[in-house]
Amino acid sequence: MALYNEPSPLETRIVSKRFGLPNSASLDTYLATDGFVAFRKAREMAPEQIIEEVKASSLRGRGGAGFPTGLKWSFVPRTSPKPKYIIVNADESEPGTCKDRLLMEYDPHQLIEGILIASLAVDAHKGYIYIRGEYRYLIDMMDKAIAEAYAKGYLGKNIAGTGWDFDLYTHSGAGAYECGEETALLDSLEGKRGVPRMKPPFPAVAGAWASPTLLNNVETYSAVPYIIREGGKAFADLGTPKNGGTRLVCISGHVNKPGVYELPLGFPMMKAINEVAGGIPHGRKLKAVVPGGSSCPFLRAEECDIPMDYDTLAKLGSMLGSGGMVVMDETTDMVKVALRVMRFYAHESCGWCIPCREGTTWLRKILQRMVDGGGRREDVAMLGELSKNMLGRTFCALGDAAAMPTISIVEKFAEDFEKYIVPEAVLV
Amino acid sequence: MAELVKLTIDGRTIESEKGTLLIEAARQNGIEIPAFCYYEGLTLQAACRMCLVEVEKTPKLQVGCTLPVAEGMVVHTDSPVVRQSRKGMVEFLLTNHPLDCPVCDKGGECELQDMAFRYGVGESRFLERKVHTDEKQWSPVVFFDAPRCILCYRCVRICDEGIGVKALGVANRGVVAEIVPNHHDHLECDECGACIDICPVGALTSGIYRYQTRPWEMEHVGTICTHCSDGCRTTLGVRNGKIMRGNNRDRSGINGEFLCVKGRYGFDFIEHPERLQSPMMRVGDSFEPISWAAAAEEISRRFKAVKERGGKFGIIGSNHTTNEENYFLAKFARQGLGTNNIDHHRTGDLATFFDALSGRNDALATTADLYSASAVLIVGNDLSQQHPFLAYQARANVRHHQAHIYTVTSGPVREDNYSVGSAANVEDLRDKLKSEKDLVIVFGDSVQGDALRKLVAFGDSLGIPVKYVCLVDYSNSRGAFDMGVVPRDGGMSIDQMLAAPDLDVLWVVGANPLKRGSLSAENAFVVVQDLFLTETARRADIVLPAASAYEKSGTVTNVCGEVQKLKQALKVMGAKTDLEIFGLIAKEMKLNLGIWLPDKVFEEIRKNVRGYNVPLPVVATGGAAPTLPLNGHVAALPGVIQSAGDTLFTSGSLSKYSKILNAVMEAPGGLYEGSKER
Repeated sequence: MALYNEPSPLETRIVSKRFGLPNSASLDTYLATDGFVAFRKAREMAPEQIIEEVKASSLRGRGGAGFPTGLKWSFVPRTSPKPKYIIVNADESEPGTCKDRLLMEYDPHQLIEGILIASLAVDAHKGYIYIRGEYRYLIDMMDKAIAEAYAKGYLGKNIAGTGWDFDLYTHSGAGAYECGEETALLDSLEGKRGVPRMKPPFPAVAGAWASPTLLNNVETYSAVPYIIREGGKAFADLGTPKNGGTRLVCISGHVNKPGVYELPLGFPMMKAINEVAGGIPHGRKLKAVVPGGSSCPFLRAEECDIPMDYDTLAKLGSMLGSGGMVVMDETTDMVKVALRVMRFYAHESCGWCIPCREGTTWLRKILQRMVDGGGRREDVAMLGELSKNMLGRTFCALGDAAAMPTISIVEKFAEDFEKYIVPEAVLV
Repeated sequence: MAELVKLTIDGRTIESEKGTLLIEAARQNGIEIPAFCYYEGLTLQAACRMCLVEVEKTPKLQVGCTLPVAEGMVVHTDSPVVRQSRKGMVEFLLTNHPLDCPVCDKGGECELQDMAFRYGVGESRFLERKVHTDEKQWSPVVFFDAPRCILCYRCVRICDEGIGVKALGVANRGVVAEIVPNHHDHLECDECGACIDICPVGALTSGIYRYQTRPWEMEHVGTICTHCSDGCRTTLGVRNGKIMRGNNRDRSGINGEFLCVKGRYGFDFIEHPERLQSPMMRVGDSFEPISWAAAAEEISRRFKAVKERGGKFGIIGSNHTTNEENYFLAKFARQGLGTNNIDHHRTGDLATFFDALSGRNDALATTADLYSASAVLIVGNDLSQQHPFLAYQARANVRHHQAHIYTVTSGPVREDNYSVGSAANVEDLRDKLKSEKDLVIVFGDSVQGDALRKLVAFGDSLGIPVKYVCLVDYSNSRGAFDMGVVPRDGGMSIDQMLAAPDLDVLWVVGANPLKRGSLSAENAFVVVQDLFLTETARRADIVLPAASAYEKSGTVTNVCGEVQKLKQALKVMGAKTDLEIFGLIAKEMKLNLGIWLPDKVFEEIRKNVRGYNVPLPVVATGGAAPTLPLNGHVAALPGVIQSAGDTLFTSGSLSKYSKILNAVMEAPGGLYEGSKER
């Protein structure tokens, strides 16, 4: 199966190690390349040991929030009399992010093995992969892989002869960004309108059908087989202290070789842009970078000489997010970028809470008016102020996700707004 | 007593029960945290973000409506950042909200107006085009204007959690998300209008009230609904002698703000064009209007003649008239006319009920008990259809206290949705009920006589405290029985009166016995007091126009024996209250039956009627005073006991003359067959 992009020699290929192998999605290929070694090993381990190993890997959630995975696993009350569920968040919807699809397309059995190891850790026997509606073709691929695993005894009863039972299903989303939020995902999975739930209770305690639920991103689960096989420390050592392992970085925008690359945490951002992704075309200069999907505050070019890890980005007031890195060169009009971003969030706001529902649309309308030639000087300040009225005050993180990039654009790229300010703007 | 925690709100140290929501703890101490979506008794939403407050040691503003108080918490509800946040929320809300307050029904009592006034800014920065969709009519009583909606989801929740109908939901997302009805473009539901009243803005409006008046032009009269026997308080908005609306937004009365379609809309019968406005006398096959004096004189003459020659009277009272009227009528019959032939349409076996429970001090359930008992057993009644408030209480009990509901009915009922599963047989049910803490048994007219005694014996066998509600149909069915409008001491029952060929006088007050039955005594002199020319009134020799419950003062007793006061909301020309009519006839007959003023008669009732020595201040101030338990034998009565089997949309002849109750598609002959239980 052809790869979407040529791998870079600078990569450290852990979760993507089978990408590009012939028939990489088949169970035979998987078994021939260390497949299910980790599961068998985990079957011999106590659940606490599995969780300790994941903690030792310093793996953090790859969906965007970056919560320590081992800690999350330890919250699930594994002795609860209720059924427990493993849910995979494959609702990859963050603009700029396109990695989970590759993990499912090229290496679905690695994901299945990760899920099975998680099921051992929390004593679950049922799991769902919630796949975004737009990934129609992936649902078929994943279903095929699941069917193959069932047929060969790697799902269902007595998995691989170890006496462990587990059933796995795919579930299609219906095209809502909001359903990537874990509790909205659960509502959607249960057949309800996809709006976020109140927390607490957190899904670990009362998630799907009010039962203990372990919910992680595709990439998070996919990293688990390596961690168990090679040990948590081996994974952690790939990155920098506190920022263990590797992650898939989706580099897009103004670069010569856009693509998904597996880089260790702490990898220098400029090196990723200039060497891994082949640099900016036409010798143009860098203007801005979205470090981890459109929800993250944008970075100015001069802020980008940094190692890509959670802590460094946090210090800069931004995030590593979901790994969707968008590179913008000097020709980019940041007002139009802000409009494009806000069109997305206004379209995707679920409408549950007032500030997000009304705020995103208002911001979109202001930006549209400015681009259409009706900008006023006070609009710039108002964009920032309205975004701050949303920030931290919405029900879920979608409002923050809309506010943060807007605030960063208004504050860091104020000069781009100048040309849209029409002193005698006639307002219709 | 639950554990108390100490916290500080706006510099004041307060104590509150552990687990109390911050918004409630603040309210209890006189500190207002504004909110749209938070609504006492409904599930939490945290959607409107108006209640954001500052809590020290937390990085972001906290949601006051979902945050339980904790020891040592320091809260600021009026700090600059909180004020700024509220301002921002109101500003967001007003971006797409039309500023049509001058013509909006809600203007003057709109929570968004109040919030904008208190927390908003004076001017708008919103220059863009607002999102607009056209107004929709969902039913004859419910209209929806989406642009005004602020999506607080109160309507969705009250319909689902409160009423148990789930007729409302949300469609679309983001700024075009909107509330939608259960059948694409219209509602099929209880038509109760709870969604309209609970709406904080003018998004949901009432078909009968919209664009009719400004709220401040009305006088608000709290009285008791005249339809079923649950005794809900309805606050009537009256303008220029016309009832504009009924609701109970002030949560006065036993029902809080609950009302069904009849309580909220079913008052329009009072202005039906066929309403009688003058006394009439039969001349040949038709009626001629006569004066009150002439009518009283004729009735007096005929009554006196029959009384003097020892003839046979038959008197049929009403289950809609007041206690005072019923008491006075019973007194009129026994003392004034010397007859025990008095009865009313009985819909529950109250005689056996009181006899079986004689001497027990805590066996009579109140409406509040249905909300607090750990279990409720419903026998032979479609409670949601026939006693919507009792059903609402039981539902709220399940929601708030996880009460267990058991149903024993002949067909499916809404309560099945909340019941804890069915019992295989009586023994199975007994075993299940034995493990409950306490129980209220609610039973319909199919449980009478021996069956009723057996039911009480069953209750006794459980070994837990059991209270009972003997269901009766109408607003004062219970009072009619208590006041003695029954054939005691050898009197004739309704069916006996109608069957007697030698009946000389049939006096019918607010009842329609000839709708189904027929009068055997062809020469009987028939007097009918009613609002309309009913089947019975058509047979009358003299018809007297009576006032409805909304046009009079007095007291009524609800199905649980709670005595409540009626307050006169208006006067309809030509009609007199039944009490006035009795007084007029008594005066003409020169009978000394005492003063016929409601307050005076009520005094007499308190002295003379068993169980009615209720505290006067409670009743006088609009409270509900439970009647006292009876001690001693209550004799069984002759005659038939049968519920009329009304549904949510029928109420005897009153509903027949209500335009709105017949306009909804759920009305008789429409969507539903009607109640399954008889």
